[in-house]
Order: sequence, then C-alpha cells, then structure tokens
Amino acid sequence: MLKYILKRILSSIITIWFVITVTFILMHAIPGGPFTSDRKLPPAVELNLNTKYGLDKPMIVQYGTYLVNLVHGDLGLSMSTVGLTVNQVIAGSFPASLKVGICAILFALIIGVILGIFAALQQGKLWDNLCMIIATIGVAVPSMILGPILIYVFAVQLGWLPAVGLDLPSNYIMPAIALGLYYMSFISRLVRSSLVDVIKLDYIKVARAKGLSKGKIILKHALRNSLIPLITYLGPITAGVLTGSFVIETVFGIPGIGREFVQSISNRDYTTTLGVTVFFCAFLIAANFIVDLLYMVVDPRIKLED
Amino acid sequence: MQYSKDMFEFIPKEEKNYNRVVRPSLTYGQDVWRMLRKNKLAMGGLVFLIIIVLAAIFGPMLSKYSYTAQNLDFADIGPSAQHWFGTDKFGRDLFVRVLEGARISLTIGFVASALSVFIGILYGGISGYFGGTVDNIMMRIVEAIYAIPMTIYVILIMVVLRGGLNSIIIALTISFWVTMARIVRGQIMSLKEQEFVLAAKTIGASPLRIILKHLIPNCLGPIIVTLTLSVPDAIFQEAFLSFIGLGIAPPLASWGSLASDALGGYQLYPYQLVFPALAISLTMLAFNLLGDGLTYALDPKTRR
Repeated sequence: MLKYILKRILSSIITIWFVITVTFILMHAIPGGPFTSDRKLPPAVELNLNTKYGLDKPMIVQYGTYLVNLVHGDLGLSMSTVGLTVNQVIAGSFPASLKVGICAILFALIIGVILGIFAALQQGKLWDNLCMIIATIGVAVPSMILGPILIYVFAVQLGWLPAVGLDLPSNYIMPAIALGLYYMSFISRLVRSSLVDVIKLDYIKVARAKGLSKGKIILKHALRNSLIPLITYLGPITAGVLTGSFVIETVFGIPGIGREFVQSISNRDYTTTLGVTVFFCAFLIAANFIVDLLYMVVDPRIKLED
Repeated sequence: MQYSKDMFEFIPKEEKNYNRVVRPSLTYGQDVWRMLRKNKLAMGGLVFLIIIVLAAIFGPMLSKYSYTAQNLDFADIGPSAQHWFGTDKFGRDLFVRVLEGARISLTIGFVASALSVFIGILYGGISGYFGGTVDNIMMRIVEAIYAIPMTIYVILIMVVLRGGLNSIIIALTISFWVTMARIVRGQIMSLKEQEFVLAAKTIGASPLRIILKHLIPNCLGPIIVTLTLSVPDAIFQEAFLSFIGLGIAPPLASWGSLASDALGGYQLYPYQLVFPALAISLTMLAFNLLGDGLTYALDPKTRR
C-alpha cells in the first residue's frame, strides 16, 4: 500500500515535469514575444520589459529559473495584467470554477444514476428507451451550443433563470447542466449496463428469495456493486469539467479559471498560460490519485499491483 | 502390419452427409455486415453519414451561390426559397456555408483520425509486441501524455502553430494517437502469446511482418470502433477551437466556426445557430449510433 502510494507520487512528479518541459518548449517556440504584438514599443521599454520578465536570458537559464520557482510554488508574474502574479490570478478565479464544477459533477452523478436505475429496471420498456434517448442526445450536443440554447429558452424567453454572472444560487443551474449533460449521459449508460449485469447475479436471487422488497434489493444490494465502475469514471469527469469550463465560463460570463486561460491565450500571456496549464495538470493528477485510492477503499476485491 | 480389404467397412449412408456444408461459410467481414444490417439505428447513422459526405462533396458544386460571395443587400435574412438556411451578416448563403463547413469539419475528422490510427497502430504494435523495457519506456511516455486532457495539448499546439486547416489536423493527431496506441497495445499483449504467432515465428517471419500481417488484422475490431468514435471527437474539438478563436480563419467555414460566429447574434437570428448546430449534433449522433452498432457487431462474443 505505502509502496504503491510512493510509486504513484513519483510517477506523478515525473508526469508534471514532462508537462512543464513540453509546455515551456511550446510556449517559446511561438514566433514573436509577448511584447511584439500590435503597436511597436520603444526599444528601451521593450528591453526593460524583457529584463523584468527574464526574457533576455538564455533559454536554459529561463527554464532553470522557472523550475526553481515552481518548486517554491511560484508561478511567476502575469504578463498582461500588470502587477498581478499568476498565483493571484489562479487564486482569484479558481473558487468560482470549483463551485460550478462541483455543481456540474453532482448534477451528472445524481441525475445520471437515477436515469440509469430507471432504465435498468424497466429494461426494454418505455422508460428505458426514453432514458437512453436522452443519454444519446446528451452526448451529441456540444456545450458551446447547449449553453446558448439554455440561455435563450430559460433566461430570454421564459425569464425563469438569470443568464450571466454568479451572484444567486439559481445562477449555477444552467452552467451545471450545460457542463454536466454530456457526463450525465455517459453515467446513465454506465449505470444501466452495470446494474443490468449485477441484477443477474446469485446474491440478488438470494435477496429476492429472502422476500426483500424490490426497492430494498436495488438500493441496498444491487446499486452498491454496480456503482463501482462509476468511481473510475470520476477522473475523466473531473478532467472534462475542467476543460469544459473554457467554453461554459465564456458563455455564462463566469469569472473563472477557464475564462482566464482562454483570455491568456488570446493575450499571449505566456506566463499565465503556462502557469494555469501546470496548475490544471497538478490538479488532475491529484484528482486521479484520489480516485484510485477511493477505488481501493470501496472495493476490497481490488488489489493494486505494486 | 498388413491391411486387407475386409478390415474396412462402408460407413452408413446417413453418416456420409455429416461433413457436408449446409450453409455457405461467411467471412468475418460478411458476418459483421450481417449483424450491423440488423441494427436499424446503426444503419440509420450510416445512411445519414453517407448522405452528409455526398452532400459535402457535390453540394457546393451544384448550388448557384459561392460560400465566399457577399451580398450586403441580403444580410441576415431568414430561411426562404432562395436561401434555404438564410444568410449571415455579410449576406453569404448559409446553406452553402454549412455544406462547405461539412467539407472542412469532415476532412478534419477523417484525416486526423486516420493519421492518429496509423501512428497509434505502429506505436502500440511495437510497444505491445516487444514488451519488456521497450514497452516500459514507450508506455511511460504515453501515460505522461494521457494524464493531461487532450484539449489542453491541442490548445497549446494551436497557440504555437497559429490557425489553419493543417495545423488543426496536426494538433488533433498529436493528441489523438495516444488513445489508439493504448488500445492497440492492450490487444496485442493478449494476442502475441497465441499459437499462430508462435507458428509465424518458427517459420522465420520478421517482427514487423508479424505485427503488420498477423497481429494488427486481429485487433481491427476495437480499432474500427475507436476510429468511428474519434472522428466526431475531432469535429467536436475543432468546434471548440473555433469557439475560443483558434480555429479555421474566415472566409473558410467549419461547422464549429459557423456556430461560434452565430453565437454573437443568436438571440436575434437564431436560425444562424440552428443549422450548424443541427449539422454538428446530427453527425455526432450518427457516428455514436454507428459506433455502438459496430461495437456490438464486431464483438465475436455476441455471436450465437
């Protein structure tokens, strides 16, 4: 167990280092620096800026400085917003993203599991078909289209929900749906197929022979085992919600880290792009790590190889 | 030992028929096709995709409008007999632009998938076949890439390459091949211990020949399914890139760029969003239905 955890931590560090290196190389392969864009700066100003951000030093020195700073948790200065560090940018925008992301994951999990149960119990009947139609459509509509459609229907036409911002609790409903529908569809299909398999097992027959009610069998016995595959899917969902936030936060005007990332790309704010990428990677690797541990706790049959 | 005639006897008449072939034997391909044809949803998806591909190839040639022709007198008009899908803010015919978008989007989808399949098969094949240290190193690299969502790679690569159809295809290929490599490797690991590989080795077949002629044809099933699902994925990613401003540059159009162009004024001109959105969603749906059908049809375990 301990050996496994140590090994995982080591490989995570290697992965993060790999990502940092690749990102660093990519960022510096871009033609033109961050200060060579629209208007021409006086040479003295440009020299000063380059010195301030360390762009005048050789590449290898810049790489070294960046790595050393990273180890200290310092992601550097933002190039487009004067006086702000990348750490501050992330700290300021991440909470909003986190809240929306958690809402989206909860929406996907709760509704997805409920739909999946319904479909599995009514296998081949109307409910099953209905749930599977919803699930198939959910996979087919990209969130960049779903978001505006939701705003148009529920905010503009019906006026039920606020369109942009994050001030009210009801602000979270539409972004959570737009972000989570794809994963909800996936989860409902996963739960359905896994529940259908579990229902056929012997211990369910025993439970039925004991005279337990159908609801009790499903909730207490069948569902527990059929939810195990779901845990492995939590990692990819986290990743998906993270990248989905680029679109959703722009559409719904949420001041989150996804919007910050997209803006840093169009502003050629290298340090922010690089910093946010590194942050994303560290976050995801940590999330996957927790998911793996959770998997081991929930299902004692699984032994992770050392 | 001596054999004499009376040691043998004729078999009874009915036993003569035991070895007769009652039904013509089917090749794997025919069998898959037979299974697939029974699946109405998958066939619907396939037919829809064929129609879309044909429309994308021939549609723009047949229309009297060009996708670049602007006509400001007819800007932002709704669907009518003249302009089936209406016009955009420059008065360009949306029907032709959606068809033109189909060309670009489908090209991106198919070419990026095909390239990544090619790379993925070679990489996964070599890694899976040789195993040991080679496999270890090759898979560590793949894992490092796989740990990060490909959207982030695609964005970073696009930032470096700066727009254009080729850059999009390169960026998508660079991030897509990893999935394929993992699938092929897994399949080959389970296949390479089987007798037919040993037989090929004993008659002196080279590793490359074994990988290409014996192993890869045997994992075509999962490869085809992944391919079917990676085409819509590529289309999705391209739409995403267009949305954040790293996609196709105008006057060229892809479904993604048409949809994201329409987002600015969709409350006034919803039809400008509806048609590209429908094109993306229906194609996505068709690929997914076909993929589901193929998964079922290609899996020998579902045979009765």
